[in-house]
Amino acid sequence: MERPAWAPRSIDISVPSVSRIYDYYLGGSHNFEVDRDAARKAMDFMPGLPKIMQANRAFMRRAVRFAADEGITQFLDIGSGIPTFGNVHEVAQAASPGARVVYVDHDPVAVAHSQAVLAGNDDADIVAADLRKPQDILASSEIERLIDLNRPVALLLVAILHFVEDEDEPYEAVAQLREALAPGSLLVLTHASYEGIPLPEERAKGTVDVYKDIRNPLIMRSRDHIARFFEGYDMVEPGLVPMPLWRPDTTSEDEDPWAFSGFAGVGRTA
Amino acid sequence: MGLLRVRRRGAYGVRAGPDGPEDRLRRFATIWSRAVFPVTSTSSTRPEFEDQLLPLARRLSEALRARTFDANEGRAVGAALVAAHCTDPEALSRSLDCVDAYLVLYCGDGGDQENLRARSARLQHAMAAGFAQALRARTLAEQEAISAAALKAQGVVAQALHATEARFRAVFEGAAIGIGIADLDGNIIQVNGALLRMFGSSEKALRTRNVQEWTHPEDAPQTWKLYDELVRGEREHYHVEKAFYRPDGTVLWTNLTVSLLRDADGEPQYQLALMEDTTERRLLNLRLRYEATHDALTGLPNRTFFFERLEKALGAGEGQRFGLCYLDLDGFKTVNDSLGHAAGDRLLVEVADRLQSCATAPGEMVARLGGDEFVALTTGPDTEREVDELAARIMNVLVAPISVDGRELTVRGSIGIVEGPAGERGPAEVLRSADITMYRAKSAGGNRFELADPEADARAITRHGLTTALPTALDRGEFFIEYQPLVHLGDGSVRGAEALVRWLHPQHGVLGPDRFIPLAEHTGLIVPLGRWVLEQSVRQAREWRERYDDAGPFRINVNLSPCQLTHPGLVQDTVDILERTGMAPDALCLEVTESALIGADDDLLKPLRRLAEMGVDIALDDFGTGYSNLANLRRLPVSILKLDRSFTQSMQQFPADPVDLKIVEGIVSLAHGLDLSVTVEGVETGAQAEQLRILGCDTAQGWYYARPGPPERLHELALVDATG
Repeated sequence: MERPAWAPRSIDISVPSVSRIYDYYLGGSHNFEVDRDAARKAMDFMPGLPKIMQANRAFMRRAVRFAADEGITQFLDIGSGIPTFGNVHEVAQAASPGARVVYVDHDPVAVAHSQAVLAGNDDADIVAADLRKPQDILASSEIERLIDLNRPVALLLVAILHFVEDEDEPYEAVAQLREALAPGSLLVLTHASYEGIPLPEERAKGTVDVYKDIRNPLIMRSRDHIARFFEGYDMVEPGLVPMPLWRPDTTSEDEDPWAFSGFAGVGRTA
Repeated sequence: MGLLRVRRRGAYGVRAGPDGPEDRLRRFATIWSRAVFPVTSTSSTRPEFEDQLLPLARRLSEALRARTFDANEGRAVGAALVAAHCTDPEALSRSLDCVDAYLVLYCGDGGDQENLRARSARLQHAMAAGFAQALRARTLAEQEAISAAALKAQGVVAQALHATEARFRAVFEGAAIGIGIADLDGNIIQVNGALLRMFGSSEKALRTRNVQEWTHPEDAPQTWKLYDELVRGEREHYHVEKAFYRPDGTVLWTNLTVSLLRDADGEPQYQLALMEDTTERRLLNLRLRYEATHDALTGLPNRTFFFERLEKALGAGEGQRFGLCYLDLDGFKTVNDSLGHAAGDRLLVEVADRLQSCATAPGEMVARLGGDEFVALTTGPDTEREVDELAARIMNVLVAPISVDGRELTVRGSIGIVEGPAGERGPAEVLRSADITMYRAKSAGGNRFELADPEADARAITRHGLTTALPTALDRGEFFIEYQPLVHLGDGSVRGAEALVRWLHPQHGVLGPDRFIPLAEHTGLIVPLGRWVLEQSVRQAREWRERYDDAGPFRINVNLSPCQLTHPGLVQDTVDILERTGMAPDALCLEVTESALIGADDDLLKPLRRLAEMGVDIALDDFGTGYSNLANLRRLPVSILKLDRSFTQSMQQFPADPVDLKIVEGIVSLAHGLDLSVTVEGVETGAQAEQLRILGCDTAQGWYYARPGPPERLHELALVDATG
């Protein structure tokens, strides 16, 4: 694989990045051939991946609006990736002008891109940190500048926890974040699962293998295991459901069958 | 196409009906949104998306019917689709299908069908071009953005890496420990300055070396096994103490830690060595160990070292034996006293050298235990024979005189031999047996060796045994006091008695003070023992005084050892005892040896002065054996001189040596001149007594009058005296 002349040496773009693959699924061009190659391989097994991503975005949009309606003006989006369009700050600041948004990602390219996109937006910023080290996130200067942890926060963990392996203690990380949040905060979460995919599990596994090959294993969890992330939260109606079924704006007749893969939910801290 | 169009129409469920142009436009937008929505990436809902398409539909509708036709409106609509995130080419295809099928139908408003269709076709062409242009622009812009982001990230990462690398470089170069990196074949790739300095080598020279060449004879057996495990990836690290040869042939000792470095996939890649130079510490340890285990004067192993070896020999397995020679030089004290310590030391060094030459075989050693005591040890299965030979060799090397300061000194020694099988006795017991046996050889005249005999051991009285038994002996009341009368030479009356302490030892019987007083002095037990003697004696004196109140002044003499003299409680203890017993101070006489007061300063004399001022008599014991500094007598708080028995010995013959008579006469005259009374010891005959009386001596004691005995004996004497 040719490395473009401009490509940095220290960031290995011969390794696909999940955020650039995600961008590709969403029709963006913030990606390189390795990313597209991996995305196409994954789509060989699950052609509906773009629809799943789109459903994620749509759910996130509804959830952010819900949070804004609840009076929440602070948003912490971990695993924000490459903001293509319809990002949290756009939705949140449209619904609630002056809403504060902090993005977090550990991919340096995603961070640099977010910085470019957010330039001039005083109410939004990006932290280069890892969900696996919640204390790094909570202790960041951006959080200190933009988020008042004594007031409710909407914590978004959209399409990220399925990239954290059990040995990296995702439940512990989520619990640590929860402990830092004020009562009335919301956890907005989506997670991949074999449940709901309109394919036999053996075939869907092909996609999991692709992610394994690019050293970004995709961890499919059962509904029960995903529900455990909401420990300490009260589920907001309608609970943990396929993405299109979470407070839809329209009837689901427009929805693609792939959109029902995985689960989405919102919880509120007591 | 027509068929398809009809089917589509059915598929999208659009029905014709009489309604206004706005409704028809909305219907067109609905159809369009339903066609395209499934292939967009938007996060909007379908109705929202329809709202986005409505203005585009209006533009197309107006362009269709405009007086002056402008196809560029189509370009703008194509570009707007891209802006609404319809970037999938399928979105364009479906849009064009919709425009082709429904624009004229819903928005034609009954115009010229031919013309409208032509306009619709041109709008579609323009839409395609506008879509392509916008998509291309967007694609390029996004590629540009992601590239810029990657570049920027690279800058940040590179900067961070650079800083990290600079820090690590500084740590690597500045580290006090040696750091080296080699590949798994052992080729050295990189080393730091500290490592170069340790090896005293250049980087170039070191880089040509292979780790596996660095063997050393002192490598622990597992060293290279650990190395092999590490380079095979079976071990993450190991730690060893390892020696290396420097290029100049000297040895470098290190604490070496080797770790395996793996690449991102976890495959073993390099080995990292961290080494700490322990050469000097090791030398220092060896030296400290040497100093701790060797005698500074002679360089022989010392008591500590010898005990280690003896313990090892005694702990050896079955069939192993040991032989021990315990040597004490005969008459060494005389050499020390007459020629001085320096000469004594030179003698010991020469003896040590000669002894060393006697024990050269493996398993043999010679050590100095202290003073003039040496030991030689032999180990192995044949020590029964070997130990005799060893002792004979030692006696033999001592035969030739030793030249010290131009004098030829003849050295003799007494050797106690212990030999036996390993595993039966401990080192202390063996050494005790050897010590006892050595004393037996010495008692038999010296210059010989004796073999240990368990029965003799059991009988032997060792200093050690007595010393350890002393404290309990006082508690158990094993001490008792005998009294020897002091007789007035003028009238032969008993004027007092000297208290002499004895030890009734449960095994050894009655022991005189010469056997245990030095030990008591050494251990400090003399203080409680002395106090006990004083109290007992004073009580006894009071008893006598009560019984023979009319027999005149009666005094008890108690010996004070040098150690008691310096004890701070002396005066108070004495006063307490006198008060408790209700005795007057003048009933007590404390005897102090002349040698204890030699060079005594005022501090030492102060307690004696205080006692003398109270009325306690102080007698200068053994007068005439020390320097007998007569001038010194004036400043001592003494009131009695006790002449040593050596003066009286010469008077046993008749006629007595006139010189001795003159000396005694002179001393007596001087003493009386200083207002001191004179007591003589060792009076054994009537003639002696008479002579001493004529010479003017005041008091006498000795076998002529009575041997030391129990207090009852003194009653009898006093009774005789009183009645006679």
